[in-house]
Amino acid sequence: MSDIIKAEKLTFAYPPDEGKEPVQALKEIDLSIKQGSFVVILGHNGSGKSTLAKHMNAVLLPGGGKVRVDGMDTADESLLLEIRRRVGMVFQNPDNQIVANVVEEDVAFGPENLGIPTGEIQRRVSAALKAVGMEAFTLHAPHHLSGGQKQRIAIAGVIAMEPACIVLDESTAMLDPLGRREVLDTVKRLNREKGITIVLITHHMDEAAMADRVVVMDGGRVVMDGAPEEVLVRVEELQAIGLAAPHTVELLHGLRQDGFDVPLDALDIQACAGAIARALKTVEARD
Amino acid sequence: MEAIIRVENLTHTYGENTPFCRSAVQNVNMEIMKGEFLGIIGHTGSGKSTLIQHLNGLLKPTGGRILLGGRDIWAEPKKIREVRFRVGLVFQYPEYQLFEETVYKDVAFGPRNMGLDGKEIDRRVRSAMAFAGLGGDLLEKSPFDLSGGQKRRVAIAGVIAMEPDVLILDEPSAGLDPAGRRSLLENIRRYHREKGTTVVMVSHSMDEVAENVDRIVVLANAGVVMSGTPHEVFSRARELIDVGLNVPQVTQVAMALARQGVDIDPAVYTVADLRAALLALKGGKR
Repeated sequence: MSDIIKAEKLTFAYPPDEGKEPVQALKEIDLSIKQGSFVVILGHNGSGKSTLAKHMNAVLLPGGGKVRVDGMDTADESLLLEIRRRVGMVFQNPDNQIVANVVEEDVAFGPENLGIPTGEIQRRVSAALKAVGMEAFTLHAPHHLSGGQKQRIAIAGVIAMEPACIVLDESTAMLDPLGRREVLDTVKRLNREKGITIVLITHHMDEAAMADRVVVMDGGRVVMDGAPEEVLVRVEELQAIGLAAPHTVELLHGLRQDGFDVPLDALDIQACAGAIARALKTVEARD
Repeated sequence: MEAIIRVENLTHTYGENTPFCRSAVQNVNMEIMKGEFLGIIGHTGSGKSTLIQHLNGLLKPTGGRILLGGRDIWAEPKKIREVRFRVGLVFQYPEYQLFEETVYKDVAFGPRNMGLDGKEIDRRVRSAMAFAGLGGDLLEKSPFDLSGGQKRRVAIAGVIAMEPDVLILDEPSAGLDPAGRRSLLENIRRYHREKGTTVVMVSHSMDEVAENVDRIVVLANAGVVMSGTPHEVFSRARELIDVGLNVPQVTQVAMALARQGVDIDPAVYTVADLRAALLALKGGKR
């Protein structure tokens, strides 16, 4: 599989306040994201994860090093449209991303800008609204929708551009459990069925459990990188950088201290309960 | 315990006589007890925000009434300002509402509007800053130079500084990282413990509500569907899932264990409690 996004020795600093030293938000990041993968990026506020995300479709340009999107250098201005067509971005606050007065017009905004014929736009808009479960709201006014519904409209707007990769920058942070589940199910399905690469930036550890790969950032660097079962079990290290292991892992970690013979990497509810039930049976059998 | 706020048959219909007519809350009856830490949960669109905006008179009921200390808050509409001093409301993402030149002036804005003298304002600002977990060294800074988490704490301090009888927080931890969330909630718990005032927290994080509040009110489809201790509410997992909510992860594990025949309370909701229950089971076998 080829890399859809490749950062090489990427550094970035925001312009400093007067009389102050610039703060390095990203420090020599090397990171490749394979086409078709589902990657979660974790980190506390200020760890650099949003700054990194904004480099993935040239919202920000590298201060040092390079970022390539599908092989294209993001610093090459002539490639900007092509890059944005490949990688769509969904932000945290849905209110800042809605541009039109009618839902279908908002979703059509992206493909219209790409110069796609009207008939094709209509097909894409209805497919995109269906993909996020909002087809019943096609002719509604976005400002009458709830936050979660608006966020799904924003995602539909990105899907309608048929990108190779969608970057979601804390897009579930403002949603309730149901809204979150719908958004997550939607991106999971887009990943599985259409092979769209998903880069999900989040604070929710349970969302990390469903990824192929988890990248943890701290202080502008990548500090952990691996499968969820490898990364999310590092309870103490995660706590030390302001994160928390999922409650399932926290429980298993505690039970091991209590002398239970359970693995740490039973991340999901069923696996966790299964492991505990087995450990209890073993105790019974021994008696 | 006596009720400090009583909601009676509250109905609020947006856009009456228009095609967008919709009741966001309908016939809601509930009480908020003096000194309790109450959690209100509900899915997006369940009416949470509409409900709390009635509690300090930002919205006027289209049906029913709100009693504060036994008095209808709209009995004398001219006195609604006093209600807003007694019931402090911290909105979602309150950091977008800071506007003053310095943190001090921003936190002092509420008490100044109450007509308090300079000395009292100063005492309240400093006390509110401490409750919100902010150092006094920030007082002369511009609120716009602070981090997102600090800005939110400044906004919360601005409401605490009015020393309201009831503090209402709408999703106070939304968008914060786990460490920020934990520390902010510790501050809110400490405020509740030390001031002894009523705190209402609106949230859709089950884990957050489970770990912090005395009592939970569940809203769905514009009405109250459940009310009780976290244990009582989480023992009705099926109904919660039906109204678009969930139970804490720990409760889900306990439920799965109970289904597999393990003799365990399926409504346990903290890691520590489940761990203790399992240890007792294991110990019991020895």
